[in-house]
Amino acid sequence: MMMDVLVPGLLTAISVGLSAGYLGSLMVLKKMSLVGDALSHVALPGLALGILFNFNPFIGAFAVLFGSAAIIWRLERVTKLSFETIVGAIFTLALAIGILIIPQVDLLEALFGNIAAVTYTDAITAIIISAIAIYLTRIVYSKLIMGMISEDLAISAGINIARINLIYLLLVSLTVAAGIKIVGSLLVGFLVVVPAATAKTLSSNLLRYSILSSFFGAVSGTSGVLLSNFTGLPTGPLVVVSGVAVFIAAALIRWATKYSP
Amino acid sequence: MESSDDCILTVSDLSVRIQNQLILDNINFKLKRGTTLAIVGPNGAGKSVLFKALLNLIPYMGKIEWYNKVKIGYVPQNLTAGDMPISVREFLSFKGCSGIKGCLDLVGLNNEAIMDKRLGTLSGGQFQRVLIAWAIIDGPNVLLFDEPTSAVDIDNEEAIYEMLNRLERDSEITVLIISHDIHLIRDYSEDMLALNRKVIFFGKSERIVEPEILKMIYGSEIVLGKHAKGS
Repeated sequence: MMMDVLVPGLLTAISVGLSAGYLGSLMVLKKMSLVGDALSHVALPGLALGILFNFNPFIGAFAVLFGSAAIIWRLERVTKLSFETIVGAIFTLALAIGILIIPQVDLLEALFGNIAAVTYTDAITAIIISAIAIYLTRIVYSKLIMGMISEDLAISAGINIARINLIYLLLVSLTVAAGIKIVGSLLVGFLVVVPAATAKTLSSNLLRYSILSSFFGAVSGTSGVLLSNFTGLPTGPLVVVSGVAVFIAAALIRWATKYSP
Repeated sequence: MESSDDCILTVSDLSVRIQNQLILDNINFKLKRGTTLAIVGPNGAGKSVLFKALLNLIPYMGKIEWYNKVKIGYVPQNLTAGDMPISVREFLSFKGCSGIKGCLDLVGLNNEAIMDKRLGTLSGGQFQRVLIAWAIIDGPNVLLFDEPTSAVDIDNEEAIYEMLNRLERDSEITVLIISHDIHLIRDYSEDMLALNRKVIFFGKSERIVEPEILKMIYGSEIVLGKHAKGS
């Protein structure tokens, strides 16, 4: 019985941890860590709509994330404001609206996640979504990096920066939506940011960086789910605590070995 | 009279307007294949904008005509890898896996260890050479460099110009280069286009040391000192 809760929870945590870590490695390099974090908040009104109107909250969360990502992409192009500024304005509002309209009884689970609510169907969905997100991101990874080094350089090499940025934002939305049941909408952004930050302290090349980031994402997710299963505490905060422990360990390793990437 | 075979680029009546401001006004010039053209002018003269127009990165009015299937390598200004964890090998492999070693040899970086170095940890001179390797890796016949030696010391500056000259000679590459260094322009380029929104002067680079030409370009009397490594 316990395994029926634990196995889908672990499968979801591992797959979402891998994909969030991988996609997050770009988010951190793009200096968009706050965007990754805040983007997860916007899922809350979508979850609320799903609960209120009795359809799958994942679909609600994904639809709202997808729409918001497209809107900020467009606003960034039109207004030339930074992503951070647009996100700061829009996503805090989304969080406020979500908290106001979601039924109080579901609020805690929506904000902080709950492995007991994860089914095998959720786990299979998360695995498929994560595989697609990793595969597609891998195709555009080097193009996104080139765009970060120099937009002019990338455009002169025939790369459509606007289009690959949109694809990337949509894949992040998909990954964040898949992680919400486990980690909760308030904390799922953590999985996009902290594993990548940990990996960056230990990497001198992109291959190592992206692999370590995915690995630390999976480790954070798995540890959080196992701890939640044994303690009965909410999963999201335990994923965060595990991830920060990995970050501190990495920082100590770097300090102790005088590793300089 | 030049034949069209000698000519690789013709720019006619080129104007660029950015946010309602005229940055380039009615630019006209022709460039011969296999030469080095230095583009000079004060800050804000529109030199980098001219490059962006030549690369079709921005909208423009007028006509830019490249001849016979040119392939352009480009190194923009102020390019930085910062603290990004990316090795020299990974950066160069974005443009294709073959020919990396040969290109690094060509730019004077024939040390295998440099391939695994993080891009952000290279010295100014090494970084600039890697950028030049990046630009030539897929065999271009035209190179556009926007101030390639702005973050490089004098020794490396001259070495980089020498290398560009060698590339031009050995590979018959046409080079367009934005520079502020009058001595290097005189010593390492054949032609010079002086810009200040309009074309101020177009002719032989050796004339850049003439006081009246310098005054036309920079708008005040300029006295040339002796270059530390130059003649």
